[in-house]
Amino acid sequence: MTQDITRLSASDLASALRSKDVSSVEATQAHLDRIAAVDGDLHAFLHVSSEEALATAAEADAKRAAGEELHPLAGVPIAVKDVVVTKGLPTTAGSKILEGWIPPYDATLVQRIKAAGLPILGKTNMDEFAMGSSTEHSAFGNTKNPWDLDRIPGGSGGGSAAAVAGFEAPLAIGTDTGGSIRQPGAVTGTVGVKPTYGGVSRYGLIAMASSLDQAGPVTRSVLDAALLHELIGGHDPHDSTSINEPVPGVVAAARHGANGDLKGLRVGVVKELSGEGYQAGVSARFDESLDQLRALGAEIVEVSCPSFGYALDAYYLIMPAEASSNLAKFDGMRFGLRVEPAEGPVTAERVMSATRGAGFGDEVKRRVILGTYALSAGYYDAYYGSAQKVRTLIQRDFAAAFEQADVLVSPTAPTTAFKFGEKLDDPLAMYLNDIATIPANLAGVPGMSLPNGLSDDGLPVGFQILAPAKADDRLYRVGAALEAALESRWGGPLLNKAPELKTTELAR
Amino acid sequence: MTAATTTGLVAYEDAVRRYDPVLGIEVHVELGTLTKMFCAAEVAYGGEPNTQVTPVSLGLPGALPVVNGKAVEYAIRIGLALNCTISENCRFARKNYFYPDVPKNFQTSQYDEPIAFDGWIDIELDDGAVFRVEIERAHMEEDAGKNTHVGGATGRIQGAEYSLVDYNRAGIPLVEIVTRPIEGAGERAPEVARAYVQTLRDIFRTLDVSEARMERGNVRADVNLSLRPSPESPLGTRTETKNVNSFRSIERAVRYEVSRQAGVLDAGLPVIQETRHFHEEDGTTSSGRVKSDAEDYRYFPEPDLVPVAPSREWVEEIRATLPEMPVARRRRLQTEWGYADAEMRDVVNAGAIELIEATVAAGTSAAGARKWWMGELARRANQDEVTLEDLTVTPAQIAQLQGLVESGRINDKLARQVLDGVLAGEGDPEAVVVSRGLEIVSDDGPLLAAIDDALAAQPDIVEKVRGGNQGPVGAIIGAVMKATKGQADAKRVRELVLDRIGS
Repeated sequence: MTQDITRLSASDLASALRSKDVSSVEATQAHLDRIAAVDGDLHAFLHVSSEEALATAAEADAKRAAGEELHPLAGVPIAVKDVVVTKGLPTTAGSKILEGWIPPYDATLVQRIKAAGLPILGKTNMDEFAMGSSTEHSAFGNTKNPWDLDRIPGGSGGGSAAAVAGFEAPLAIGTDTGGSIRQPGAVTGTVGVKPTYGGVSRYGLIAMASSLDQAGPVTRSVLDAALLHELIGGHDPHDSTSINEPVPGVVAAARHGANGDLKGLRVGVVKELSGEGYQAGVSARFDESLDQLRALGAEIVEVSCPSFGYALDAYYLIMPAEASSNLAKFDGMRFGLRVEPAEGPVTAERVMSATRGAGFGDEVKRRVILGTYALSAGYYDAYYGSAQKVRTLIQRDFAAAFEQADVLVSPTAPTTAFKFGEKLDDPLAMYLNDIATIPANLAGVPGMSLPNGLSDDGLPVGFQILAPAKADDRLYRVGAALEAALESRWGGPLLNKAPELKTTELAR
Repeated sequence: MTAATTTGLVAYEDAVRRYDPVLGIEVHVELGTLTKMFCAAEVAYGGEPNTQVTPVSLGLPGALPVVNGKAVEYAIRIGLALNCTISENCRFARKNYFYPDVPKNFQTSQYDEPIAFDGWIDIELDDGAVFRVEIERAHMEEDAGKNTHVGGATGRIQGAEYSLVDYNRAGIPLVEIVTRPIEGAGERAPEVARAYVQTLRDIFRTLDVSEARMERGNVRADVNLSLRPSPESPLGTRTETKNVNSFRSIERAVRYEVSRQAGVLDAGLPVIQETRHFHEEDGTTSSGRVKSDAEDYRYFPEPDLVPVAPSREWVEEIRATLPEMPVARRRRLQTEWGYADAEMRDVVNAGAIELIEATVAAGTSAAGARKWWMGELARRANQDEVTLEDLTVTPAQIAQLQGLVESGRINDKLARQVLDGVLAGEGDPEAVVVSRGLEIVSDDGPLLAAIDDALAAQPDIVEKVRGGNQGPVGAIIGAVMKATKGQADAKRVRELVLDRIGS
């Protein structure tokens, strides 16, 4: 092939593999080369698994040569967020406390990826335990935004988003507890989908907040996201909260949506997720996208979700409460880091304390302390209890809004990518970045972010689509339609406008 | 120093004359499911440490629990047997605390939504009196791992050089049964406590939800006790004596706490609310950890699990298949077997009901079965300090042994030798009789030779018998029996001797 393999979308690469224009080994090697060339700057990866990836690629090629029936994405390389457990590959969740831990088992979604024959390129960087919106809370250094290396790639899944935006991988896995797939998607000009809660197995995701966490696809196109969603989604008996129903027809919806006909579709603009606090360029691109949807035949209606105003408050009680309990297991007793107290007796309690003191970063400690407090006797009702009530109200707001509209839309994040350090000392400002994405997690409904242009600062902006639970296919129909319209206007994907990354000479 | 160490004990009889004891008992039972409460790790006693584990029961990052349906069914069986209401929808909760034997540093348990609640059970005391115990709740939870403290003198954590943790037990399903305050037991409080746990143990076995072996820790009891001046007074401050793991210890622990608390109260001091440890060696309890408000488990609903919502149809299905409960069964068996009250009580106390039932089922008379299990076998178990069921002999083997006696092929003395062989692992009684050559000599040939020898040795007796006096014939029979090492049938020897003498 004359074209750079790494610039292909996953679906185009899959076609090229099917027609044997390119082999999986070639495609995998091309991505490994790209990683070697640009990841010194980007630092999207915490671990690159070249050998394993090439072995999987060779196996996929052999099966294809033997005429075996293969998964549509067989042989297409993928990057996996480091919060997802991978057998035999280091898994740290971005934390010192898990440095050196090699899991003895695979997450269910990893099993599915492996069974389908996708080479795993490596594990991507993230905020420690997925706590953050900038990947600056990784214990292993910042990931840079390919659009501007002085800026954050979003978080917590900054590594997966940067890897895909930087053409290091055509596909990546992210996880989204309050926006960790969608917000990095928005600030890097990529597509990210948080499926309906229970749509993708959580077995093997290192939990932050069990009732909010959800894994999903990170890609450069809506169709690619659908293909990956379909692969990793579906019931898993190892996850009690997994939905025991077939995955909604997301691939069909993406293909259908790309035809661009949205006649009869009601699009609800959430009043509470716009206006003050949103960057002018973000608001302008959002309004243009609404016009675009209108032009495709959609009816735009305004809906109000008054309880969304309390979403951030409720989220910052429920999430830390669950996290404080989920992170209790990191104590130096069975796996990962073990630190003995510098002086005094070496008792289990003191080892636990020393290990957690040394192994957790500030943001993790902040949330563990917050959550421990919120669950304490005498405070439970006021904090965790009240937050759960807010959650119910938010669910009711969604239910009412979906009476009036088939999908809801908003900007994904209030601003474009900010500079490193800008919000690091101001947790509340950092938390506000997730104001538009958090309601979907609290209600368990699916959400997508796709790029809808550049702001006045020349940085990508994200457009969020939300659908009712188990109606993930609607995201893909609307997303694909908007994507097609925008790309025809831009003359190609938005990422074509991203600056070329400096590459280092390969010493291969 | 706690008050307990500075005040004396009051004699039990005196203590219960002046104070009214109130009990509260928490019983944990390990369910006999094939796999653990929340994962597919095997449940089996005595495996190599840390071999019966999965990522879930080790609490590895990313692992998620899934509720064991069989454990829920067993919990419902227990709830129904204890006349409880079964919840229509109940959640698990996380009980958060840091301890190395708790792999996730929280125990997945049930908090304010137990699977079963508001029940009662009638227990039978030694004299046949019936006492009703009210059940507050029965809830599901997972067991912790097992710590072994190495290097200290006592096996306790204090003074140990290091500790080992075995997670084979971590995640084994438990049901915890909590009583309401047990009032009105008076001086019989120790007996009531013991009989209650014994009744539960019998119920678990009858329901086939657990092996319910106290000595293996399948059933563990925590005994709460408080004293008050009179039954009209408000409840006093209680202590919780943890892990009292034999029926006898339960009685002793209650007795001791009554005496100790009475001493504290007599001295005008308050009883401290605390957990206490029971010491098997001298029957005393000692102060453990003080329970205070500082202990905060930060319970919250387990977000990794969906609520358990047993359908009413399922509950009724389970109710319909509940076996006969032990007290009712005991009454029925006593009638069937024709045992006197005292005999039946001894059988129950010896834990021999199932063994006798199985022996009877294998064809032995009730009297015959009782003779073996409460006689020779009880003696041997006692001698070896094991329980009857630990003896390496099955009810079927005892039935065969008794059959050999009844058919006259062996006598009681030989039967004991046969039993030696069975217990030594030489096989079934039939096989032991053959291999050890213990069958009664019924062939007259060798007998006649022995008789002739005996007759020749004692001609004076032969004369007397011939003279019509049969009294001294016993001496001849004795000599024959001695010569045949007891293997001869005494009745037959007598016939042959008389025949030989020609009287």
